[in-house]
Amino acid sequence: MDTLTTLVDNGMLKQHLIDPEICIRCNTCEATCPVGAITHDDRNYVVRADVCNGCMACIAPCPTGSIDNWRSVPVARAYSVEAQLGWDELPPELTPAELARSAPATAASAQAAATAPAAPTAPSEPGTQVFRPAQYGASVPPWSAAHPYTNLFTPKSPATATVVGNYNCTEAGFESETHHVVLDLGSMPFPVLEGQSIGIIPPGTDALGKAHQPRQYSVASPRNGERPGYNNLALTVKRVTMDHHGNALRGVASNYLCDLQVGDTVQVVGPFGSSFLMPNHPRSHIVMICTGTGSAPMRAMTEWRRRLRNSGKFEGGKLMLFFGARTPQELPYFGPLQNLPKDFIDINLAFSRAAGQPRRYVQDLMRERAPDLAALLRDANSHFYVCGLKSMEEGVVMALRDIAHDSGLDWEQVGPALRQGGRLHLETY
Amino acid sequence: MSTINYSEKIPNNVNLSEDRTLQRALEGWQPNFIQWWDDVGPEGSTNHEVYLRTAVSVDPSGWAQFGHVKMRDYRWGIFLNPGDANREIHFGDHKGEKAWADVPGEHRANLRRIIVTQGDTEPASVEQQRHLGLTAPSLYDLRNLFQINVEEGRHLWAMVYLLHKHFGRDGREEAEALLQRQSGDVDNPRILGAFNEKTPDWLAFFMFTYFTDRDGKFQLSALAESAFDPLARTTKFMLTEEAHHMFVGESGVSRVLARTAQVMNELKTDDPARVRAAGAIDLATIQRYLNFHYSVTIDLFGADQSSNAATFYSSGLKGRYEEGKREDDHILKGHTYKVLEVQNGQLVEKEVPMLNALNEVLRDDFIKDSMAGVARWNKVLEKAGIPTRLAVPHKAFNRQIGALAGIRMSPDGRVVNETEWTARKGEWLPTDEDFAFVASLMGRVAEPGKFAGWIAPPATGINRQPIDFEYVRFN
Repeated sequence: MDTLTTLVDNGMLKQHLIDPEICIRCNTCEATCPVGAITHDDRNYVVRADVCNGCMACIAPCPTGSIDNWRSVPVARAYSVEAQLGWDELPPELTPAELARSAPATAASAQAAATAPAAPTAPSEPGTQVFRPAQYGASVPPWSAAHPYTNLFTPKSPATATVVGNYNCTEAGFESETHHVVLDLGSMPFPVLEGQSIGIIPPGTDALGKAHQPRQYSVASPRNGERPGYNNLALTVKRVTMDHHGNALRGVASNYLCDLQVGDTVQVVGPFGSSFLMPNHPRSHIVMICTGTGSAPMRAMTEWRRRLRNSGKFEGGKLMLFFGARTPQELPYFGPLQNLPKDFIDINLAFSRAAGQPRRYVQDLMRERAPDLAALLRDANSHFYVCGLKSMEEGVVMALRDIAHDSGLDWEQVGPALRQGGRLHLETY
Repeated sequence: MSTINYSEKIPNNVNLSEDRTLQRALEGWQPNFIQWWDDVGPEGSTNHEVYLRTAVSVDPSGWAQFGHVKMRDYRWGIFLNPGDANREIHFGDHKGEKAWADVPGEHRANLRRIIVTQGDTEPASVEQQRHLGLTAPSLYDLRNLFQINVEEGRHLWAMVYLLHKHFGRDGREEAEALLQRQSGDVDNPRILGAFNEKTPDWLAFFMFTYFTDRDGKFQLSALAESAFDPLARTTKFMLTEEAHHMFVGESGVSRVLARTAQVMNELKTDDPARVRAAGAIDLATIQRYLNFHYSVTIDLFGADQSSNAATFYSSGLKGRYEEGKREDDHILKGHTYKVLEVQNGQLVEKEVPMLNALNEVLRDDFIKDSMAGVARWNKVLEKAGIPTRLAVPHKAFNRQIGALAGIRMSPDGRVVNETEWTARKGEWLPTDEDFAFVASLMGRVAEPGKFAGWIAPPATGINRQPIDFEYVRFN
C-alpha cells in the first residue's frame, strides 16, 4: 500500500478519476498502470483511490484525455470504485461550502470505532513534512509467508458456497451487531491464507439495474478451515445500518450476509491479497492492531498459531494484540478472546465509549506498552499488522514512530526496513 | 539511402545495430517503403508539418512524444514490449511449455500467413484513406487522420521486422509483396475484403476506424497471446496505438451525432430532408453507414467454422481475446460453442466444437465491444433529447463470408425474401444517393479552431493542446 504519498495534502486527496463520457474503454491505462490501480467492468474504467500513487504513467498513453481528471475530496470521502463504476459522467467539483462541511476533522469525529483522529499537533520531527503513514506499509509479504492463491474465481465465474453457520459474535441485544458467518466450499478448490480476503456478490441488482459489485471481506479463519480439515472459512461481518456520518443506510452486502440462513448459497469470488500474510518461521513475532471487524485477519492468524501451538515450533514467538471497539459489547469474539492463555497471546483492549471510563484508543495502549513494543521493533522477527478503519492508520503508525524514537531508534531507518521486509502491513478502509 | 544510421533513424528496442543481416534487409526495404508512401500515402501531404505522436521507447514516458514533423520524416520505430524470459505458452497443445523465441519449422507456413495477413491490412488502410486529407472537417481531424496513417505505417514496419528477422528469404519476398498489393486493385488486391472497400468520406472513415480498426484490436489481442514470443510482444505494443484509432472513430461518430441532434433541436424536426438541407447528416443515413461497416467488418473474422482457426489455436499461434483472463482449461477439446446457420429458411443455433468455432468466439467478443460503444453514441442522442437510437444490425445481416453468406436478412434479424430485400435494401444500406449527399458536405476546413458544419468540435484537444491549436502547418 505505497499510496497516497503524493496525492494527499492535509487530509485532502487529489483523487484521480476517468471521465466516462470521453473514455473509449481501450484498456491502455489499465495495461500501463505500474501499480494496478485501474480496473473496469462492462461499463466503466475506474481508478482505485487507495492504490493510485499519482505516478502519471497512464496520462500520456491515454488516447482520449479522459484519464486526466482530478477532484479534490477529503480522504475519508474519496469516491469508491463502486461509485465510479456507476457513473455516466464525472461528478462536479465539491464547492467550498461542501468542502468545509466535510473537512477531515469532522468526518473523522463521526467514525464509529475506537480510533482517535490523529492529533494534528502530534509531535513530528522538526523540519519534516506532514506525516504520511501509508508510505511505511509493505507491498510484499514476509519472507516466510506461504504462497497465496489469488483470483481463482471472478465475478464472471464465481464459486458457490453454502452457509453452514451464522451467528452474532457480539453481545446480543445491542444496537450494533457483528456476525460470524461460516461458508462451506464443498469440493471447490478455494484455498485461502490468513490475511487474505474474499468477495461476496449480493444477489439482485443495484439502483442502475446492474449486478452488484462484489464486496470484500477478510477471512477470519485459518488456512485449514474454520473447522480444521474441512473446506470452509469464516467471515466477520458488521451489519451496516448507517453511513460514516450517522445517516441511516442499509449496507447491501452486510445485511444480506447477516440475514443468511444455514443452507443458503452465496456467490463468492477471490481469494484476494498477496502481501498481508503472516510469517511462518519459528520465533517470528506478530503484533496485531485492529478495530471492529478489522479483527478478522487477526483472529485467523491467532487461531492458526493456536492450532500449531502443540507442535512447539513457535516457542519464543510472541503474539501481541491491540484491539479497539466502542464498548466491550461491540467487540467481536470478546468471549472467546478472554479464554486464550495469557502465555500464548498478550491482549490489550481499548474501549472508546465504555460507560464511566475515559475514552481509550488502540494507540494509547500501544504507548503504554512502549517498552515491549520497542523491544519488538528492534527484532527483525517482528511483524506488525494494522487492520480497521482508515482513520486509525495515522495514529497507529505515528505511535510506532514515537515509540521507536523514544527508545533511541531512528524511525527513518526502522520504518523503511519494516516496509521493505514486508513487516508492517496496513489494511484500512 | 544506404547512409542512414538505422539505429538512430529508426527508434528501436531490438538492438538493430547489432544484427547486420537484418539491418541490410531493412536497408533494402526502406526506400521501397518511402516510395510506396509517396505514391499511395496521404495525398498532397509532403510538406505538411503535423503535430504527431511518435514512439521512441515502450515505457510510458517514451512512447508518446508530441511535436510537429513531416510525415515522410516520421521515425517509424520497431518496438517489442519488454520480454519475460520465462514466459510460458498458456493455451493449446503446447500449454506449459516455454514460449518460442524463434519460429518452429512445423508452424512456419501458418505463422507467416498470419503475419502477412495482419501486415497486409496496415498499408491497405493508408491507401483507402489517402484522399481524405483533402476534405478534412478541421485541422484537429486532419491531424488525427495523419496520426492513424503514420501508425498504420509503423505497424507495417512491425510486421516487416518479423518477416525479415524470422522468415529469411520468404519473409523478404512477402515484405516486398506487402508494398505491391494495393487496396481495390483489380489485379493485385489486398488480402481481405473490407480492405478493398472505398473509404469515400469522413463518416465512412469514422465508421471504419470505429468498427474495422476494432477488428484490428481483437486480432492483435488474439496474436498478443501467441506462443511465438516476438509476435506476442510486437502486437502488444501495437495495441497501445490502436486505441487512438478507435478513439477517432468513436468520438468522430459521437461528434457527428451531436451536431445532427443540435440541428434537429434547432429546427424542431426529425425529417431527414430538412436535416440534410441544414447541412447535417440525418440519423437514418448514419444508421445505414453503421449497418454497412459493421457487417463488412464482422466478415473479417472469417468463417464461423474453421479448421484453420482450430489449428492456429491448438498449435499456440493465436489465442482468444484476453486468453489469460479466461477460466477454462485453455485447451478446449470437448468444449462446444453455439453458431448460427440457416435451416429451411430460418436461423437456428447449432452446437459445434469450440475449437472449430474460434473465429465466431472472437467475432462475438468484438460484437459485445462494438455494442458498448454504440450505447455510448446513443447517450449523445439521449442527452440531446432525441428519441431515435442507433443499433448494430443482426449478426447475419449482409454477410459475405461463412455459413450466413448471402442470406437475405433484415437488420432486425428476420429472414426476408429476395423481393423484400431488393425493395428495402436502400433503407438498410447506404445508397449511391447517400454517398453523394455525404460527399457534398465534404470540404476542407483549414482554419485553426474551425469545424465543418456537419460535425461538432471535440471535447478536448490532443495532448492537452487547445482545440484551436495549429495541429497541421501547411507550409
